[in-house]
Amino acid sequence: MKRIATLTSWHEVVIERAIQTAGLSAIALVVLIFLFLIRESVPAFQQVSLTTLFATRWYPIESYFGVLPLILGSLMVTLGAAVVALPLGLATAIFIGEIAPRWGRELLKPFVEVLAGIPSVVLGFFGMIVIAPLIRATLNIPTGLTALTGALLLAWMALPTIVSVAEDALDAVPQTYRDAGLALGLTRWQVIWKIVLPAARTGILTALMLGVGRAIGETMTVMMVTGNAARMPLSLQSFFMPVRTMTATIAAEMGEVAQGSAHYHVLFTVGLTLFLITFIVNLTAALVVFRQVKRAERVLS
Amino acid sequence: MKLSRQLQQQLAFGVITLIAALVVLPILLIVVYIAVQGAGAINWEFLTGFPHDGMKEGGIFPALVGTLWLTLGTALVAVPIGVGAAIYLSEYAGDTWLTRAIRVAIINLAGIPSVVYGLFGLGLFVLFLRFGTSILAGSLTLGIMTLPVIISTAEEALRAVPQSFRIVSISLGGSRWQTIWRVVLPQALPGIITGVILGLERAAGETAPILFTVAAFFLPRLPHSLFDQTMALPYHLFVISTQVPGMPVRIQFGTALVLMAFVLSMNLTASLIRRRYRRQRFW
Repeated sequence: MKRIATLTSWHEVVIERAIQTAGLSAIALVVLIFLFLIRESVPAFQQVSLTTLFATRWYPIESYFGVLPLILGSLMVTLGAAVVALPLGLATAIFIGEIAPRWGRELLKPFVEVLAGIPSVVLGFFGMIVIAPLIRATLNIPTGLTALTGALLLAWMALPTIVSVAEDALDAVPQTYRDAGLALGLTRWQVIWKIVLPAARTGILTALMLGVGRAIGETMTVMMVTGNAARMPLSLQSFFMPVRTMTATIAAEMGEVAQGSAHYHVLFTVGLTLFLITFIVNLTAALVVFRQVKRAERVLS
Repeated sequence: MKLSRQLQQQLAFGVITLIAALVVLPILLIVVYIAVQGAGAINWEFLTGFPHDGMKEGGIFPALVGTLWLTLGTALVAVPIGVGAAIYLSEYAGDTWLTRAIRVAIINLAGIPSVVYGLFGLGLFVLFLRFGTSILAGSLTLGIMTLPVIISTAEEALRAVPQSFRIVSISLGGSRWQTIWRVVLPQALPGIITGVILGLERAAGETAPILFTVAAFFLPRLPHSLFDQTMALPYHLFVISTQVPGMPVRIQFGTALVLMAFVLSMNLTASLIRRRYRRQRFW
């Protein structure tokens, strides 16, 4: 060890220090982001009372800062997206991983990657121009800019994440499980349904969580297609009405507020809430992923 | 009994194949639809002209240039830190609590909503460090957002280099850094480049992080310095499709097409590099 140390020249020491610093930067950045969100959020609680904050009316111009409709709006759109995306994503993952012949897999995977690559603002534009009028005409409602429209597009955007993580989960099930099932006389479908899926359930759950984590943070698409009306979504009927999410509120209003105003700080509080939600979702997913380290790489790409 | 099981299987496979097709077809539809609708707007003047008449006429040149600058800026921020972190994780760090914490942090960075990055960039770079709404602030924000993608793909590429390469280099008297610089990095380079392009692709298409950190609604000139605002393609598309009443659809589709083509061509480049490198690899 001593010998190697003397062989190492001084510039290598500098480089290795730099590399170590880069390695630690990820932790430093998460902490820094968290601290800055807190720093800018705290004054909100001094300027706005808790009863105003946890109220049902968001109308900042007249100092109504009730965040409940925004939180419920985000939850509604996200849950709607999850309900649509899980079966679609899981079926696609099963197709890619278990059913498709090699050429089908080679054909499908790039398509899913292309979907992941389309900028959210382009999807939002497509949603405004094509999907929203379609929904308005089909359901015969006054506007196509609804929670449903947002949920459908978000489901689509969550698909690449869900498909790729779920496929990894299916892939991680040992081949011997399948062979044993087939040897016992099960059909390929019975093997998938009764053996592979149950064995991969943790991974599939992770896929769903990461998909939801992505969906709740989506901003541009949601802002462009959900109509942005801050009202309490209290019934299923609200799916066919405009809704306003936390992300869209920040994106739409932060550009126009005065720095240091109550509105400014409340928007940071909304951002902090989003940060905490995604932090918890991703931390939970990360802990599951650590058990199957192999998957960790794919989760991020 | 046997027949019904077979039928069951055929039915299930049929449904799954149908769903997979239903997932893929709309992707094709979106890309083709925007390409067809947008193609009419694309000409030399559209790509190299400035917008005028309240953006209802003219081209997208300043937005295109702005996006190029921002992509370059993002690369300058994210590549050294990202590749450095990947080298640390793959070549230096063992499996300790610290590296686990780093991995958790990376996963969390990847999950933070883009608009929250925008808030962070506004708070730290624009206001606290007084960079103002500028290319510098925007590039730093986008760079941090891109880090997790670059770190994870670069680490994967580094780990794929066989251990025997390192052992041979060390046994020939190479130091740890010489081994990394002369042996491991060159072998992992195509994989790293692929990851970098994929990360930059995402950054180039993002709108939310640049909303409050750099993007200008309308700026009829090119940016002069790092501390200048700039227009950018994604934000420009957002502006002309939601904020400008009576905007001609032709220009909207044209802008969407240019943005999509820009981003997807990066995606294509990345896959081509990856494919080529897989074929050439001799280990």
